[in-house]
Amino acid sequence: MKIIKKLCAVALLVAMPAVAIASGAAVHLDAAPVNLQDTASLQRGAKLFTSRCLACHSAVSMRYNRLGDIGMSEEQIKVDLQLPEDVKVGSTMLATMDANSAKLAFGVTPPDLSVISRSRSADWLYSYLRGFHIDSTRPSGWNNTVFPGVAMPHVMADLQGEQELESHEGHGAGKLVLKTPGSLTPVAYDAAVADLTNFLVFMGEPAKMVRYQLGWIVLGFLSLMFLLVYALKKEIWKDIH
Amino acid sequence: MSENVDNNKRRLLIAASAAAGGVAAAGAGAPFVLSLMPSERAKAAGAPIEVDVSGIEPGAMMSVEWQGKPVWIVHRTQEMLDILTKHDAELADPTSEVPQQPEYCNNPTRSIKPEFLVVLGVCTHLGCSPTFRPEVAPADLGANWAGGWFCPCHGSRFDLAARVFKGVPAPTNLIIPPHKYLSDTRLMIGDDSKGKA
Amino acid sequence: MMNLLTKLVGWIDERFPLVSMWKEHVSEYYAPKNFNFWYFFGSLAMLLLVIQIVSGIFLTMNYKPDALFAFNSVEYIMRDVQWGWLLRYIHSTGASMFFVVIYLHMFRGIMYGSYRKPRELLWIIGMIIYLALMGEAFMGYLLPWGQMSFWGAQVIVNLFSSVPFIGHDLAILIRGDFVVSDITLNRFFALHVVAIPLILVLIVIAHLVALHEVGSNNPDGIEIKKHKDANGKPLDGIPFHPYYTVKDGVGVMGFLIVFCAIVFFAPDMGGYFLEYNNFVPANPMKTPEHIAPVWYFTPYYAILRAVPPLFGSQFPGVVAMGIATVAFFFLPWLDRGKVKSIRYRGPLYKAFLASFVVSFVGLGWLGLMPSTPTYTVFSQILAVVYFAFFLLMPWYTKIDKCKPEPDRVTFK
Repeated sequence: MKIIKKLCAVALLVAMPAVAIASGAAVHLDAAPVNLQDTASLQRGAKLFTSRCLACHSAVSMRYNRLGDIGMSEEQIKVDLQLPEDVKVGSTMLATMDANSAKLAFGVTPPDLSVISRSRSADWLYSYLRGFHIDSTRPSGWNNTVFPGVAMPHVMADLQGEQELESHEGHGAGKLVLKTPGSLTPVAYDAAVADLTNFLVFMGEPAKMVRYQLGWIVLGFLSLMFLLVYALKKEIWKDIH
Repeated sequence: MSENVDNNKRRLLIAASAAAGGVAAAGAGAPFVLSLMPSERAKAAGAPIEVDVSGIEPGAMMSVEWQGKPVWIVHRTQEMLDILTKHDAELADPTSEVPQQPEYCNNPTRSIKPEFLVVLGVCTHLGCSPTFRPEVAPADLGANWAGGWFCPCHGSRFDLAARVFKGVPAPTNLIIPPHKYLSDTRLMIGDDSKGKA
Repeated sequence: MMNLLTKLVGWIDERFPLVSMWKEHVSEYYAPKNFNFWYFFGSLAMLLLVIQIVSGIFLTMNYKPDALFAFNSVEYIMRDVQWGWLLRYIHSTGASMFFVVIYLHMFRGIMYGSYRKPRELLWIIGMIIYLALMGEAFMGYLLPWGQMSFWGAQVIVNLFSSVPFIGHDLAILIRGDFVVSDITLNRFFALHVVAIPLILVLIVIAHLVALHEVGSNNPDGIEIKKHKDANGKPLDGIPFHPYYTVKDGVGVMGFLIVFCAIVFFAPDMGGYFLEYNNFVPANPMKTPEHIAPVWYFTPYYAILRAVPPLFGSQFPGVVAMGIATVAFFFLPWLDRGKVKSIRYRGPLYKAFLASFVVSFVGLGWLGLMPSTPTYTVFSQILAVVYFAFFLLMPWYTKIDKCKPEPDRVTFK
């Protein structure tokens, strides 16, 4: 018994840092209204993505012409997304700024966003993009409730306006308050972020909708075949007594 | 074995299961086979290309890459064009009977505009890329050489309309890829659809 | 047409023992007639081996084993290669399902005493397959070159460095570098796509040969060869074909429904089959906050974490983990029971087996969790239960009150 107690004590010491991390990671995330069938939302999200995110971030696994999957013609891709002359619709989405300059400017290389929705989750992105607030202690002047100490400045501040974090002493996380309004109302900004999140989810796995559709056909066929093979087994096993 | 076995039912079930199994196998095999087809990256790399032909000096050739293969654009001079009509007897297919070119290039110059020849630089024998030899009667190619292409691999010879000579290994004329003019000097290779690109 | 076929078979048969092989291993391999659904998992494991090899070959055609390109080449497969997403999900789901099936197959063997004489070697070959499969899965998991691939490999390879004296050099030998790197990726690729699959196929064949030599066990744990008819066929045996081919067909269909449901609707399986952090490219400078191995390794991982370091060395934990894995090898000699099958075992054995299952599943769950003091205590308790199953087996199987075995198998 003594040994077990000792073991527990040792384990406790070993495990302490892990507990600290685990408890610090809990941030409330808002549920993202993702709907991959809403092509209008996905197209709006694509425009926001190419105009706002692609300046610094890349999506090296995503080809422009894949936007055909969300109902955009090649003409739309070229015109609506203002593709530069030298970029073809078959090209992958590269950042305007090269990675080294971005690292010099922000201290970190902006991550590639091809599969960001799969590593971070839609809810995280939706909350993160709405969680920026003014923080004079940060080099960029911005901080984020979902990603404290984030290097990225708020690139949609003109749309959202400027939020401030009102701290509640000893009450955990504070509350975000909009101090200077942006060009969009809070509701419209949330809708825009929802579109962008929707698009990021689409980009994380463009084949997802095809996967679902095909899935039903496959499962339907297999179920029928199951019944058939089961009937065959029953029939053949009549021999065995 | 039991006496009351319904052999017809058995046969039917076996046949139906085998058929369903065949469908399942074909359905499962299809994605594997299709994955061998060109990927989106290959398609993007093989997409039609735009070329500005205004910079090619008369008599010179420009080589561009399309679908990973060389495409030659030759700015033919009037002398070069004149020669084309004079050696039909030595050619294997002088009137381009074999469909190695789009319909709109099935003419004596094998081109849309006589002065610009657009041709795929891959020998029809075994796929080497022939060398451009525009000079007339060089020492190594003989006195009859009036300019054209010479394939270093097996000695196939082509004239300046990329037509193959008789008696060489290459069986047919070189391929003219689909192309069109977007403007007087802008050429699109790989796409000949009507209407705007 | 039929005549031609018969001629062809005859021609081959004069030069290759086709018909006799078919008879020996399929149409005249007599299996006990009382197999239940637990006996599906052997053929399903075989099916999965084929699925993994075929999908793996097609993935290899587009994957690049290079630290610079590996991560993006997987996404290239997911997007640019036609139907590449399906191939990749088949392979990733197949990896996890392989372990589901193998664990159930092993449990079946334990439950019905399939490792007992004369099947000791069959069991050992099976255990070698299991170990090879763990190696195969571990190396395959590095290939997507995500954060979990990288850090998982880093942690596991570092376990070897805790081996006294040679550990440090051993770890370097495995990695070919001082950290997990492009070199490690390259060699793991070679081992994953060529070496281990080759070994796996060979030992699977050996497993089948051994099985067909001694004959299948059955849920009653009695030998059907004791009662034979005038022709020397076991009275309770039935030809594998057509009876078990059609029955396994039903198992295969049921399995495919589950398999395809996962492939098409939940290939991530909530982050258990494809971990979220593995969608972040490997970064040797930054460890993710929480690393856990893929679920099929977590019972052993929990045991590793449950053992406290001794003189600052992780080695005792590594040894415990190793013993936990290889303990299965010794089952044929640990078991002193008078009967083989759980059906005729006494309450003591049933209690120990049940607690073993609880400990295995519990440890698996704990291995996925971040380690907290409470969880560590749980892990320690369950690890004790886990080892008690093996260590006390000679005792509890011997004194257990068994029921008499039937003379013939129970059917219907």
